[in-house]
Parts: sequence; C-alpha cells; structure tokens
Amino acid sequence: MATTATVHSHAAPQGFIRKYVFSLDHKVIGLQYYFLALVAVFVGMFLSLLMRIHMIWPAAILPLVGEIKPETYLQLMTMHGTIMVFFVLTTAPQSGFGNYFLPIQIGAPDMAFPVLNMLSFWTTFVAFVLMLAAFFVTGGAPLHGWTGYAPLSALQSAGPGEQLGADLWIISIAVFCIASLMGALNFITTTLDLRAKGMTMFRMPLTCWAWFITAILGLLAFGVLLSAGILLLLDRNLGTSFYVPLVVVNGQIMAHKGGSPLLWQHLFWFFGHPEVYIAILPGMGVASQVLSTFARKPIFGYKAMVYAIMAIGFLGFMVWGHHMFMSGMSPYSAFAFSIMTMAIGVPSAIKTFNWLGTLHKGRIRFQTPMLFAIGFVSLFVSGGLSGPFLAQPVLDIPLHDTAFVPAHFHLIMGVAAIFGIFAATYYWFPKMFGRMMNETWGRIHFFITLAGTYSIFMPMHYLGMAGQPRRYSQFTELAYLQHLIPLNTFITYAAFITIAAQFIFLFNLFWSMFKGPKASDNPWEATTLEWTTSTPPPHDNFGGHTPVVNHGPYEYSVPGAPKDYVMQTDPAGVSAH
Amino acid sequence: MMSLTPTIPVKDPELGHGGSGAHPPVADGGGDGGRDNGSPDYGGRLRRARLGIITALVAIVMVFVGLTSAYVVRRGLPSLDEKTSTYVRDWIPVNLPTGLLLVNTLLLLVSSITAELARRQITRQAALAPVESIPGVSIGYERNFPWLGTTVVLGLGFLTGQWMAWRELADRGFYMATNASSSFVYLLTAAHAVHLAGGMLALLYAAMTSLLKRPVEARRIVIDITVWYWHFMALLWIYIFGLLEFMR
Repeated sequence: MATTATVHSHAAPQGFIRKYVFSLDHKVIGLQYYFLALVAVFVGMFLSLLMRIHMIWPAAILPLVGEIKPETYLQLMTMHGTIMVFFVLTTAPQSGFGNYFLPIQIGAPDMAFPVLNMLSFWTTFVAFVLMLAAFFVTGGAPLHGWTGYAPLSALQSAGPGEQLGADLWIISIAVFCIASLMGALNFITTTLDLRAKGMTMFRMPLTCWAWFITAILGLLAFGVLLSAGILLLLDRNLGTSFYVPLVVVNGQIMAHKGGSPLLWQHLFWFFGHPEVYIAILPGMGVASQVLSTFARKPIFGYKAMVYAIMAIGFLGFMVWGHHMFMSGMSPYSAFAFSIMTMAIGVPSAIKTFNWLGTLHKGRIRFQTPMLFAIGFVSLFVSGGLSGPFLAQPVLDIPLHDTAFVPAHFHLIMGVAAIFGIFAATYYWFPKMFGRMMNETWGRIHFFITLAGTYSIFMPMHYLGMAGQPRRYSQFTELAYLQHLIPLNTFITYAAFITIAAQFIFLFNLFWSMFKGPKASDNPWEATTLEWTTSTPPPHDNFGGHTPVVNHGPYEYSVPGAPKDYVMQTDPAGVSAH
Repeated sequence: MMSLTPTIPVKDPELGHGGSGAHPPVADGGGDGGRDNGSPDYGGRLRRARLGIITALVAIVMVFVGLTSAYVVRRGLPSLDEKTSTYVRDWIPVNLPTGLLLVNTLLLLVSSITAELARRQITRQAALAPVESIPGVSIGYERNFPWLGTTVVLGLGFLTGQWMAWRELADRGFYMATNASSSFVYLLTAAHAVHLAGGMLALLYAAMTSLLKRPVEARRIVIDITVWYWHFMALLWIYIFGLLEFMR
C-alpha cells in the first residue's frame, strides 16, 4: 500500500499522448520496446534474406537495393548484425519483457524511476532512427560489420558507407549505450528496493534473476563500449590516432600514426562478450519459468539455477579474448581465455541439466509457450556444443573466418534468444492483451520455425568445415566451393520458408490482440505474481493493494495442496514448503 | 543515516503461522516515514535515489575504466616509423600546467565541502519541517547560507581553470591530435568536465526547486544525491590528475 502511494505518485494518465506515447507506465514502456524490436527484427530479417538470395544468385537485381556489389553485401551484413544484436536481442527480452513483468513479478507498482524509464525508451528509439538513417545518407550504411573493427571503421576514406553512415552508426550505438545504462540502473534499483513484502531474493522467479543479472552485465559492459565509441568518433573526426596505425589507403599515407586496432578489439569485446549473455540470459529465465509451469513441477535446482546465472554473468567478463585468437595474441593469453571460456560450459551444463530434470516425469502440457521453451533448450544445446570447439585456439584459427562461426552464434545467441522471445510472447500474451493467442497457428509457427532454423544453421557448420569463408559476398565462382552450391541453395530456400512462417506469427499476434478468445486471469495455472492480478493488469499493477508473498515461485504439484499449484500469494501453510 | 541495502523485512516462511492469510502488520524498511497519513514516502524515495546514484556511478566508473585501459595500453605501445621502418616509442609525455591544476583541484575540493554543507543544511531543514508545520511552533530564524550557490560558483571556477589549462597546453603546441598523450589529456579532462557540468545542472535544478516551493523532503533528495555525485566527481578528478601527472 505504502509503495503504491509513493513510487506510483503519477496517477493513471488520461490523454492519448501521456497514456501511449510518453507514458510513465512500465507496462506501456515494455510494449513500446517490444514493438520497436518487432519492427527491427523484420528489418534485420529482410536484410538477411537479401544476403541469402545474393549468395546463390549473385547477379540478381534485388528489390529496394538493386544490384548487390561486394560493398552492398557488407553493408547488409553490418546492418543486419547491428540491428539484430542491439535492437532485437538486447531490446525485446530485457527491456521489453523485463520492463513489463519485472515490477509485476516482484510485486511493485512500477519501476523505481518511471521518468528515467520513459527517457530510456525514447533514447533507444532515437538510437534506432539514427541507425536506420545510415541507410539513406551519402555512401549508405557502413561496411565494417557489427563489430566495427578499426581501422576500417576509423577512416572516412576506407570505403563507401564509411563517411556519414559510419558516424551515424557509432552515434546510434553510443546513444543506445546511454539508454541501456539508464535501463540497467532502473532494473537494479527496482529489484533491490521494490520487492513486495515476503518476496525475498530467493523467492523471485528465475526470470527476475535473469533480468537482474543481465542489468548488472549491461551496467558494466555498456560504459566500456561507450568509451570505445567516443575514441572511434574522435579518430574519425578529430584526427586522433587511438586505433589507427600508420596506414595507406588507396596509395595515400594517412595522417594517423601509432594507434592500435587491437585496442578497439579489446574494448569492443570486453563489451561484446557480456552482450552475448545480455541477449541469452533473459531467454534462460523465460525458459525456466515456462518449463516449470507447463511441466507442472518445481524448477529442478532453483538455487543452482540462480548461481549458474551468476556464474555465467561473472565468467562472461573474463573470456572476451576468445574472439581475438586470430589477432596474434600471446599463446599464454589465448590459453587463459580458452580455459575460462570452456569453464562457462559448467554453469551452462548445470542449467541444461536442470531444465531436463524439470521435464523429467513432469505432467507436460504441450502448449505453444512450452514448445518454444523446449525449442530454446534444444537450440541452446545444439548451438552451445560448438562453443568448446571454437574456444580452443587451435581449432578457432582454421574455423574463425568460415561459416562455422555464424552457424554457432546464430543457433545459440540468435535463434535460441528469439525462441526465448517467442516463448515469452505466447506465455505472457494473455496477461498483456487480455486475450489468448491461437494455439493451432502457434504450433504451426513453432514447427516450421524449429525445422527451418535447424535447416538454415546446421548445414552452415559443414560449410564452415568445408572452408566456405564468411563475409564473402560471392563465392560461386570459386572452384573449391562449387560442390557447396546445392547446400547453400537449400539454406536459402529454408530461409524463405522460415521467414514466411514469421508472418504467421505476426498475423496471430495482431489477430489475437483483437479477436482472440478472452483470457482468464491465470490461463496457464501459474504461480507467480503477474497471474494474481487482473488481465490486463491495472495501472498500478495490483489495483490499490500490495501483494504479500508467502511462497517460492515454482510450487507445483505440492503434496497436500488443494490444487496442483500454490500461488506465491496463497496463505502460508498451504504447502509443506 | 538511511541504510543503503534493501531492508524489506521478511517473515520466515518456515515460521509462518498456519493459515495466517490476513495481512500481517506492515513493517517497512529503513525509515519510511509518513506512510499512513497518505503523504509520499520520502524515506523510501531517498533510499532508492541513493541506490540509483550509486548504480549510475558504477556505470561512470566503467566508462573511465575503459578510457584508462586505453590510456595504459596506448602508452606502452610502440609505433612504426615510416622513415626507418623500425618500431619507435612515439609517446610524448605532456607536461601539465601543474600549478594551475593544483589550484583547480583545491577549488573542487572546497566545492565538495560547500556541497556537503548544503546537504547537511537541507537534511536539517527536512528533519525540522514536521515540527515547523505545527501551528504556533517556531524554531526561530535560521541563517541559511547559500551553500548550493557557492558550490556552483566554485564548480564554474574549476571549469574555467580547466579551460585555462587547455589554453596553456595549446599555447605550448599540444592539441587534441598532436600526440596520443595529448589526445588522452584532452579526452580525460573533457570527459570529466562534461560529467561535472551535468552535476552543476543538477545543482541548479536543486536550487530552482527551492524557488518553486517544492516540499523540503523532495528538494532534500535531489540535493542529497547530487552532492554524492559531486563528491564522486572530486574523487574522479583527483584520480585523473594523478593518472596524467604520474603516468605521463
């Protein structure tokens, strides 16, 4: 009650602008993030399709972009990667669902700093607009990849797109960093200070743990990327030489001297590797939540799950060098980074084991959210297993610049995280919009997407081992890759089908928003706090009262309880817990 | 002093009295006052604001950790000389205008003290506000020295001094792009100046809230966390000064 009166000092707004545009309500802001990511994911997907088409039909003139020159291909690749990593994988699982459900799941009426929350969304929006603007300026989008390696990214004359386009790219990412830092600050303070009575840290759902640890990772990582980006901007525009060594471009010696391209790589990957976990940890949280709910079993090893998330977050800061085995680093450093990287396999295996333990002997309800959560585990394993290969310098060096690496990171970071987003969407849709999504279309979407993504990314491992380089716009003329053309053609067709299936999802999403059957307050018979409030939740989340928590988050099939689940707010003593 | 850790007391589930579905008595964390009479919970807000500012400071620390590591790496890095085709050390140590910077440091430290006095002043006012609101009770006229204004003036003095230091470096031929060392001098001092300017805006905002007749408790929160931030800026400056002076 007290928290309601205080944090939620802003009353429910009436006007359209204050209610839906510049809203202070974490639920509206969460949806804003979600829809921003939805737009971004379709842009990113379209770019990837153009790349796939160009790979097998290099001469084709494509819609919107026309003829694809090698630099056009690199621009598509850069923007695909950047948009997907920043504006989809960082935005939807953490900022989108986290914003919507973290306060509700811990029993708070809003985030700790609602105004900052609004600012953080609109800053992200500005970053997205700046990023898209890079397409439309002279020279077009940059071609330095989402990793922005210097000196390519640090010299205006390095190529088309490296003029204003690259500046916009860097500024967009810097703005995004600031937005993410504001978001992280809000998540951390909210988790630490606004939990309802009885909601101890170890009674938080694993989703909240994942969002909390992700926020800490973001807080520590984005500041470093911001400083790296500032140095890059100075190199490009004020003639400094942080990253640019003595370099000759088009026969001309540049004025720069003495900088270190490796410095950029270190700073970038110090951010870049934790960023991988920023993308996947919320998905792990959602998978845990959904698996437990739909297996009607408590999550197997709750505390082990929490410590595993912490361990992954901690180790995530010690392994950035494994992205740089090719840079000629000392074998001793490479060895250290390699060992640390393989150590991440331990908490990851704990999580996988616990997910399987949760499923074991469960009374599983195979509904769409559950299918996507199982799909998440499957993809996490498939993508994760190639990790220990790449973690070893001796294997990474031949594989690094081949299709093997895109195969690895798309499965584990791209598609697995996307499956986490899908699981979260199907799971929380009834709470967010008050209606159910169509189950049949959901299943069709799941099976096509699962088969499709495996068809796209599994063969890429073989392409990589057969020596197909990554980042090459054209390889069909290379004799030693001729026999791979059929496999590449197969991948492109699989991409077509998988992308087509996403329109099923899009249709299901919007159709169900307006026409789906009305949802009850707790359609999945789940236990956490969001299911105790009305659907959709009122402005202050719990309609004027503050929940009091008496139970852990996953009390399913409790012996002696009247139902097969015990809500977190049920009176104490219902279960033996 | 408020506690910074989350202090939500929790009933041990093991000891839960069977079937006590009724709401247990509400006990809340560190000094949340004024909950029952409907007035805003300033204690909770202050605690959250402090937690927030500490978190923000961690983010700022990471920005400067990034810059420092770049500094250390670049400083130790040889560079290829195109004339001799050999690797040479091209780092030219910058002789800072140390005297001027010491004066600036002193200004900033004094401003930290005045900021702290402003913080204590408003804390006292906030504590006395409920007493003063009782009709007929007066605790007498208290002289309110404009500590906030003094802090802003001292901050401006510091920034002016930094600008003079830049001019002096430029006079000696050290510009942003002259050498990696001078790039870092400008970069680090400018990054600090931008953060300090942000703190001054916050102080001005805090001063404005007193004109806008905002409740003293709300003003106290703004001033409290801005002053924490200000102290941090002083520490950060000493760190940067030390780095540039002793690791040139």
